[in-house]
Amino acid sequence: MSDSVDTGKRRFLTTLTSVTGGIAVVGMAYPFLASMAPSARAQAAGAPVEVDISKIQPGQMIVELWRKQPVWILRRTPQNLEDLAKVQAYLSDPTSDKSKQPEYAKNQYRSRKPEYLVMIGICTHLGCSPKLRPEVGAADLGGSAWMGGFFCPCHGSRFDLAGRVYKGSPAPINLAIPPYRYINDSTILIGDDTGAKA
Amino acid sequence: MAKLQALLGWVDARFPLTQMWKEHLSEYYAPKNFNFWYYFGSLALLVLVLQIVTGIFLTMNYKPDAAVAFASVEGIMRDVNWGYLIRYMHSTGASAFFIVVYLHMYRGVMYGSFKKPRELIWILGVFIYVALMAEAFMGYLLPWGQMSYWGAQVIVNLFGAIPYIGNDLAVWIRGDFVVDDATLNRFFAFHVIAVPLVLLVLVVMHILALHEVGSNNPDGVEIKKHKDANGKPLDGIAFHPYYTVKDIVGVVAFLIIFSVIMFFMPEGGGLFLEPDNFVPANPLSTPEHIKPLWYFTPFYAILRAIPPMFESQFPGVIAMGVSIVVLFFLPWIDRHPVKSIRYREPIYTLALMIFIVTFVALAWLGMQPALPYLSELAFRCSELYFSFFIVLAIYSQARSKNYYITWLVALAAAVILMDLPRYIGASGDKQILIRYSIFIPLIYFVITLWLPTTAAKWTTSKTVPDRVTQ
Amino acid sequence: MKKILFILSVTLLCGPLYSLAQASEDEAYVAKADINLENKDSLRRGARLFVNYCLSCHSAAYLRYKRVADDLDIDEKLAAEKLIFVADFSKMDESEAKRQGEPKKIGALMTVAMRAADSKRWFGTAVPDLSVIARSRGADWLYTYLTTFYVDDTRPMGVNNLAFHNVGMPHVLWELDGLKKPIYETVKNKQSGTETETQVFTGKFDYLTEGKLSPVKYKEAVNDLVNFLVYMGEPGRLERQRIGIIVVLFLGLLLLFAYLMKREFWKDVH
Repeated sequence: MSDSVDTGKRRFLTTLTSVTGGIAVVGMAYPFLASMAPSARAQAAGAPVEVDISKIQPGQMIVELWRKQPVWILRRTPQNLEDLAKVQAYLSDPTSDKSKQPEYAKNQYRSRKPEYLVMIGICTHLGCSPKLRPEVGAADLGGSAWMGGFFCPCHGSRFDLAGRVYKGSPAPINLAIPPYRYINDSTILIGDDTGAKA
Repeated sequence: MAKLQALLGWVDARFPLTQMWKEHLSEYYAPKNFNFWYYFGSLALLVLVLQIVTGIFLTMNYKPDAAVAFASVEGIMRDVNWGYLIRYMHSTGASAFFIVVYLHMYRGVMYGSFKKPRELIWILGVFIYVALMAEAFMGYLLPWGQMSYWGAQVIVNLFGAIPYIGNDLAVWIRGDFVVDDATLNRFFAFHVIAVPLVLLVLVVMHILALHEVGSNNPDGVEIKKHKDANGKPLDGIAFHPYYTVKDIVGVVAFLIIFSVIMFFMPEGGGLFLEPDNFVPANPLSTPEHIKPLWYFTPFYAILRAIPPMFESQFPGVIAMGVSIVVLFFLPWIDRHPVKSIRYREPIYTLALMIFIVTFVALAWLGMQPALPYLSELAFRCSELYFSFFIVLAIYSQARSKNYYITWLVALAAAVILMDLPRYIGASGDKQILIRYSIFIPLIYFVITLWLPTTAAKWTTSKTVPDRVTQ
Repeated sequence: MKKILFILSVTLLCGPLYSLAQASEDEAYVAKADINLENKDSLRRGARLFVNYCLSCHSAAYLRYKRVADDLDIDEKLAAEKLIFVADFSKMDESEAKRQGEPKKIGALMTVAMRAADSKRWFGTAVPDLSVIARSRGADWLYTYLTTFYVDDTRPMGVNNLAFHNVGMPHVLWELDGLKKPIYETVKNKQSGTETETQVFTGKFDYLTEGKLSPVKYKEAVNDLVNFLVYMGEPGRLERQRIGIIVVLFLGLLLLFAYLMKREFWKDVH
């Protein structure tokens, strides 16, 4: 049509509008994507949970819900704690270098106090919840190498009584430890560790 | 770049991508004289997309259960991150959809876009409008507030007015003896999937039909009559880039108005979100004054205005139904060869303006409480609404003087006859109202049917130019 | 012609809006509330009144304490102490404790322990939730309602209300307000020859018992409370308006660029 088309100006204005329009589209997409993050309701439901641990017998485990996930609280016997050292050779990450845990739980017991193990009961493989299998030497779990631990029925992952994964299991890393602290000797708070001594 | 070309070639060999791009955008030639009114088609498409996207995200948090529906909407407003924005976008979008669609339809009437060869575009458009009404009505139940509940109760009961099968039909629609959980659940299903699918199919058909015959324009001239050597219409310009860049301006301007409403007055003065709908549905107490949302009020006014006959509300329901169905027949009611209002006979312009005033008046009356004088006014406005179409059928073809006079007498007689049963046995005040207000339709018939007989200029249209004007 | 049609279509849009603004001018006495959501002191005072006087019967079950604390700049610990009245579970029997749930946390909803069935027996009606009351009733109505309780011995609660005739709710704020009776004056109307007399409220009250607050201070306190109720109806309102300004300004810029682009391209069209 017109032979005096200023293509430079045209391209400049098109780019300018496209970039500004692009920013507008991204700005508009943001609220939609953000709306899929946990709502105030989910966050309130995921608030820290207080647990009374005074009634747990040695060798007994209780399960609490925190953020809709099972959290195990296992009171280990002195024998259990001794056995942790014996299985080291069979584990893929005995020192918990790759797994998720707060700094204060990165020790051989993976807990603040050796006696009480607080751990998220979700398998690090594909999210099933393993079962407690405390019987030492269980034939189906490796016989003499098994000093009690957790077994995931979905894909056969095995963990010791500190949640450390056995070699040859499908689970890649040890079970996760949530943040927690002792309010007093008989009560712990799961989900919040602010202000507590390590 | 070469690789991109190769990829495009690969796709084109398997899917007509380039061909579709050309047919519908870069080589779709639209008249170059589109004005302000031609923004509303693309805007309607924009609002449709907006409603679908916001709707999907609302569905992620909404719970279609009578016990928790209201709370889940407030949960969206408060607990969900940005939920209030998405919800307001959807509620404002619903009203915006109707504003845009009403203006789009008015454009079609003004420039004769429903006339041959575009009858199917118009009919598909009216189907879209009806689907949209169903969509909006069922969506409005979902917040489960008082207006949601009682609005649905009243509208579903309209089906109950149908003789013989009415009651069973209404119960079947609700799935219960009153509007309840079952109703909410099925309306949710219709609102989020069934009707939107129908709408999408209709919109695609509407656009395909349009691109088959080509767009009309404010002059009502067929641009395909004059083509250059390449077969391109002389008065046409490629939709892309010319109308895409123009529509972007329209879209941004629309979004500014939309944002002002959404961010600063999302209730729309009580029209877009009604105060009573912030009270949870309560089957034991009806709000003092229930009314549908503003986009339904013209038809609601017609429904209320028609008095019951033989102890049945059915006539009102019929009138309301006809007031919508009549739109489908517009291409055959208006047979005038001239399309655009720019060149049509003055009597048409006059009648159309009176029609617009009537429509707005009905919309307003539908929101008001049914006071005697307002009900009477609504009855007269309903008569004017239907008269527009009857009179249009008369003067849109060449008629003799006697033809006009005969119809004038017949219509006046019909109006008087209709008033007789209303008049006899009415209270004194009501009789006075009827006696005075009957002049409204009578004067209307005198203007539209007697005026044309006085001078030829009233029914003479201007010469339509051969090419579009700027 | 074009202009006329344009004006008509604008009327088509604005007509209903305008008519609505005109309508519903009731003759009933309405006092205006002074709503200012930026005034956080007022909102905090209102929140205090709300949890002390309203929240024992009325819930605000769509709002969380945490949201109030965050929005009104109240420290969460302080809010937990001052706003949340934790029921004493040790004194309840087991089933009652179970029904009321665990002690409330800062993220909890502002629910109440009263059962709907109980409230129906005590007040003759289910006590409504107040989360969105300001959106259905409007601030002015609430303000009028809370300032026009008056003594009426014929009512079960001993009080009646100018905004809500034969209300079932007792005058919860009476110690602050005192007990009062409205002063009426007789107004003569001449309409089509016949003279009628009507009793019209003067806007003033006769105090039978002074409240802890002076009438002016009481109105201020009620205004704070209504301010909080309005906040509660839509906690995100200020944020929405702030974002709105940014969005509209940005779109204005985009409109300018888009228009320049359109003008450049349309130089082709003759």
